Amino acid sequence: MIRVRLADDALAIACGADAVAAAFAAAGCLVERCSSWGLHWLEPLAEIDGHGFGPLTPADVSAVLAGRSDRGIGPIATHPFLARQQRLTFARAGRTRPLSLDDYAATDGWAGLRRARALPPEQVIAEVAGSGLRGRGGAGFPAGVKWRTVAEAGGQSGTGRKYIVCNADEGDSGTFADRMLMEGDPFALLEGMAIAGHAVGAGHGYVYVRSEYPHAIARLRAAVALAAPIIAPFGVEVRVGAGAYVCGEETALLNSLEGRRGEVRAKPPLPALHGLFGRPTVVNNVLTLAAVPHILREGGAAAYHGLGTGRSRGTMPIQLAGNVRYGGLYETAFGITLNALIHDIGGGTASGRPVKAVQVGGPLGAYIHPDRFDLPFDYEAYAAADALIGHGGVVVFDDTADMARLARVAMQFCAIESCGKCTPCRIGSTRGVELIDRLRAPAPADAVAALPQMRNAPKGGRRRADDLALLEELCETMRFGSLCALGGFTPYPVLSALRQWPEDFA
Amino acid sequence: MTDPDRLRAIIAAHRDAEGPLLPILHDVQAAFGCIDAAAQAAIAAALNLSRAEVHGVVSFYHDFSQTPDHRPLVQLCRAEACQARGAEALAAVAQVAAGERVRVAAVYCLGLCSVGPNARIGDRLHARLDEDGLTRLIAAL
Repeated sequence: MIRVRLADDALAIACGADAVAAAFAAAGCLVERCSSWGLHWLEPLAEIDGHGFGPLTPADVSAVLAGRSDRGIGPIATHPFLARQQRLTFARAGRTRPLSLDDYAATDGWAGLRRARALPPEQVIAEVAGSGLRGRGGAGFPAGVKWRTVAEAGGQSGTGRKYIVCNADEGDSGTFADRMLMEGDPFALLEGMAIAGHAVGAGHGYVYVRSEYPHAIARLRAAVALAAPIIAPFGVEVRVGAGAYVCGEETALLNSLEGRRGEVRAKPPLPALHGLFGRPTVVNNVLTLAAVPHILREGGAAAYHGLGTGRSRGTMPIQLAGNVRYGGLYETAFGITLNALIHDIGGGTASGRPVKAVQVGGPLGAYIHPDRFDLPFDYEAYAAADALIGHGGVVVFDDTADMARLARVAMQFCAIESCGKCTPCRIGSTRGVELIDRLRAPAPADAVAALPQMRNAPKGGRRRADDLALLEELCETMRFGSLCALGGFTPYPVLSALRQWPEDFA
Repeated sequence: MTDPDRLRAIIAAHRDAEGPLLPILHDVQAAFGCIDAAAQAAIAAALNLSRAEVHGVVSFYHDFSQTPDHRPLVQLCRAEACQARGAEALAAVAQVAAGERVRVAAVYCLGLCSVGPNARIGDRLHARLDEDGLTRLIAAL
């Protein structure tokens, strides 16, 4: 009997993998559903004896089985898109069945947890710190430092309730690595959380998943039920968000878990000291926690630290998205350039038109002009270039993109999703939308500004230069005056669009 | 209309959890299609919260509504990655195809950013949508 492997993650299913699987089964094949390789342009991608066929529809199945399909891509594992990657966090992608404890154990699963539990907690924290692992959610805060803070919180004995919270509220457009990890390798996340629990002395963990990820929620809940005896006494519960982007911010997430409005908290106090229900709490992104089992294996920390560049150590699961020909998951060591990512690996735009701009780091990330595509993927290099890596999403736009409209989208998104707690974000975003509208289509003089009692309003209406200066000033206020990254980083896409494509604002 | 017995059962299922409000609201929204004033009052009483606190939470999150809308719902992704693949042109098409019969709402990212434009209908996701595909999906609802 022919064994056919097909991914069963949300993306493969949305592309029609279930119908293709049914067609293979109807043709008498043994269909095995596994995780996705991350070759998204080829989904639904079927694997037979290591050889790939995709993208398939049910109508292609008979040709594939008869050996006369033109959809063959040869051996999957040595496909150029995969062969050049360095997969650590996604080492199992495409290779295992997501909910098979046997597959997980056969691929070094639980080895990190076993070794960690045999070590004193300080040693576990020292290894995580030594690996150079930084928070993959966007801020890039060293994971070891955060863990040490939580471990030492709560008095000398370090007793009392503590929590591990996994931030799986992956709201950034252009990112899907958390989703792929939760759907494709959920045990790795649970193993990472259990290791964190041992390291800091926490007995309970929450995974806060956004409600837009129904498949990931179901998969995680099933995985928790299966793995509960293995990670015990550590316990994990899956909680579901409710459609608020700002809950990806760690303090808003904690409020949401507590059953409150997802409003941002002022820091300090840090969540590490005063987090969920006021207790010391580790809040880490999915990718951060899922990298931990590898690091805690024998020699894992040194191997992880051996990859990367400068202070950005290890690998980053980069997500190629938007108008790109070969989109998908590309995990590699830090230091790769956008030129390599978009042209060599991504194959340029899907539309075949020239690349106009790339947005790295989600809706709050800067737009980057092709002139700067030699920028190395590195936290510090991006910060120095007024950009951010964020969660590693790379969204490609072709030359039909209107950068002024995209700048407006950024402000509008901030206005819709602002939690309302701080003024620069709540009000600044709406004023920003109005300003960009005025720049794009100069309106007649404002009726209120023309009133005689408005003595400070410029006579004869505002000039374009005034509006531009005002937009710059507004962005500066939002950047430095907002409580969290939503208001604080919205200026990145706006100003980067304005400065690099001023002609679009005319 | 909120069935009081069912509401009590939902509250009872979660009330001993830590931070039970969001799980309760999710279940109430799923069961009744909205979280109306009566439900908010009952939840507030059960959790020893003020009605204002519960109302504040219900009104904060996009997933919760206070009045029912039983029309089928299509959530079309309008985030940047789908825009880069032509989602904005589809939004107008969706509205025409939907008319008053189907509700079309924006969603910001379904995590399928390399194969957009994407939409969500219930718990089913749809990728690589074009005008015909989206129109057919909406017509079939």
